[in-house]
Amino acid sequence: MRVRAQIGMVLNLDKCIGCHTCSVTCKNVWTSRDGVEYAWFNNVETKPGTGYPTDWENQARWNGGWERTKSGKLQPKQGAKWRILANIFANPDLPEIDDYYEPFDFDYDHLKSAPEMEAFPTARPRSKITGERIEKIEKGPNWEEILGGEFSKRSQDYNFEGVQKEIYGEYENTFMMYLPRLCEHCLNPACAASCPSGAIYKRDEDGIVLIDQEKCRGWRMCVSGCPYKKVYYNWSTGKSEKCTLCYPRIESGNPTVCSETCVGRIRYIGVILYDADKIEEAANAPETTDLYDAQLGVFLDPNDPGVIEAARADGIPEDWLKAAKDSPIWKMAMEWKVAFPLHPEYRTLPMVWYIPPLSPIQNAAEAGAIGMDGAMPDVRNLRIPLKYLANMLTAGDEEPVAHALERMLAMRAYMRAKTVDGVIDEGIAARVGLSGRVIEDMYRIMALANYEDRFVIPTTHREQVEDAYDLRGGCSFTDGNACSTGISTGSLFGGSKKPLKMPEELR
Amino acid sequence: MHYFLYGIYPYIALGVGIMGTVARYERDPFTWKTSSSQLLRRKQLVLGSILFHVGMLVIFFGHLIGLLTPIWVFDALGVSHSAKQLLAVSLGGVAGVMALVGGGMLLHRRWTDPRIRQTSSVWDIAILVMLLAQLVLGLATVVVSLGHLDGHEMVKLMSWVQGIVTFDANAASYITDVALVFKLHLFLGLTIFLVFPFTRLVHIVSGLFVPLRYLFARPGYQIVRSRRKTPLPPARKSAKSNPAE
Repeated sequence: MRVRAQIGMVLNLDKCIGCHTCSVTCKNVWTSRDGVEYAWFNNVETKPGTGYPTDWENQARWNGGWERTKSGKLQPKQGAKWRILANIFANPDLPEIDDYYEPFDFDYDHLKSAPEMEAFPTARPRSKITGERIEKIEKGPNWEEILGGEFSKRSQDYNFEGVQKEIYGEYENTFMMYLPRLCEHCLNPACAASCPSGAIYKRDEDGIVLIDQEKCRGWRMCVSGCPYKKVYYNWSTGKSEKCTLCYPRIESGNPTVCSETCVGRIRYIGVILYDADKIEEAANAPETTDLYDAQLGVFLDPNDPGVIEAARADGIPEDWLKAAKDSPIWKMAMEWKVAFPLHPEYRTLPMVWYIPPLSPIQNAAEAGAIGMDGAMPDVRNLRIPLKYLANMLTAGDEEPVAHALERMLAMRAYMRAKTVDGVIDEGIAARVGLSGRVIEDMYRIMALANYEDRFVIPTTHREQVEDAYDLRGGCSFTDGNACSTGISTGSLFGGSKKPLKMPEELR
Repeated sequence: MHYFLYGIYPYIALGVGIMGTVARYERDPFTWKTSSSQLLRRKQLVLGSILFHVGMLVIFFGHLIGLLTPIWVFDALGVSHSAKQLLAVSLGGVAGVMALVGGGMLLHRRWTDPRIRQTSSVWDIAILVMLLAQLVLGLATVVVSLGHLDGHEMVKLMSWVQGIVTFDANAASYITDVALVFKLHLFLGLTIFLVFPFTRLVHIVSGLFVPLRYLFARPGYQIVRSRRKTPLPPARKSAKSNPAE
């Protein structure tokens, strides 16, 4: 056993209202620069839909993630190391920027500088890459917002596999949900594995996956290697970039920007202890439906004295052990089993998990005909098909998702009985294998979601890392070398990039 | 003038090339990159880039082996000068055409595609033009060489290169009477060495070493880095995610 700690995240999709505050605050902090205008370290997709970049979940097309070969070996789906190197001159699996969208801006200045005209002046779009006029914007960062576009296109969604999807194109049967996505900070990251330069690494202390900007050479294998398409190639600097889990904030005990600003309070951050020795075996489980359970098997119980002892021997600080005990991630993923990894079949062992959303009962008009499982409706009658959620969260295994939804319904029924009827109904809790006390704990963390319950983040132990005395008057975070501002125009090496100049409007 | 261009200039070019490359790697690693533009436009890149790179690599190693291997090694191996000349001309000719076609596609793409044109630096275009000009000159030397397949011109060039790298003060005199196209090819080649550290060409250095490190120096696939100053006691059982650094 080799005990390691990871900062994990859970997103409660049941409460996501799709406001995009997470995406916008993330963008403002991290990707409001040249070359990554098109990149959203965090984005919110409306499902069912093909997502961003288009069709990202279809690994038959993009070859992201890992695969188990016929001989039972685990290797990147792009191919083994020599195969990745063979594609270095031209990566056949790399998306083009149009698969995301061509970044654009509008001629806002024209609104105030236009001469007196017959027609009202408008702000027309321009490409942020070429500066040229775009006559028609074909795609944007959130093109399918609230089921935008035809069902025939949106239903290309990979999660419809094994679902009779035609009926969900009908108005009466339509369903939707939001899926906020960010880097999964995987236990078995495929981006790191496919980087020939060795620039991508997982941090030992908190599990955050980062790209060393000074070691990245722009071979762009990580972009295609990541099945979630959450590594972005900065076309201006020629380096890849990704979500950093806001590590400067995490290190100081603050939640990430996306979590801090989440108005629906759907995001949880906490510590998970795991056994690094079990990762390869878990990621190489024979059946894709085994992967969810296999990943649960990698996590270690922070209340187990044996684990605590091993963790201490492996240098996990005491406050991290305490945080692991209080971790909302541990409770939701392991104790209550209501959170699931996103697409475990990619074999990356992702560490950003999701609580599936409840949805209205199908065919509410036929209320009498709804299958009731005791006092609660049958989760198989929910509007979002169970199979659809299972394809997204458990590689198609419906049982665990149904179990989680039942527990969430039970939580509602129990609390309704308690607060409306004034009855403590242990029977409801018992039916889903819980006790009233646990359900009230679930209610406190999942429904009330107070700040200190959502974010249990121990600070980094800087004293183990560096001599702070040397850092006085040091440099801040930059893109470039040492104290450079990160703006490398006019550098001796690499020459100066022509600054993007917006053409003047003709008068 | 001849002595300066082929006796002194090589040392200036190689000196700036090597020192500049070291300095850039050391001082400004953030700028060390391939500058790939595949994300912005895939069209023409896949075929063009593969043809160009494969052709260039064959030419690069062909020159490296062909020019730097001492002549006596070939004699000892029983490879006649004319046989070596024939091999160089045929292999170099094929690879040169491949690289020229691929490079031509890349230049056309870089010049005409607004996305690539807008995001290109002056050096991005200049170095591609220089390499293509060098390819044309190199292919022109093939035509000249076909005129004398006995290989005596080639031996002169080999003597010059080997003279330069062994600091032979008379190196320049070995090539006083070679054809002008050879001299132009040599001059442009040296100039490419001179500008090497200031262009995207530095990615060649990584390209040569990265595969070795990826294939042989990295155990498994994953890399874990620790920030701790004092390392932890060794793992009780080593496993896949060995810290590689």
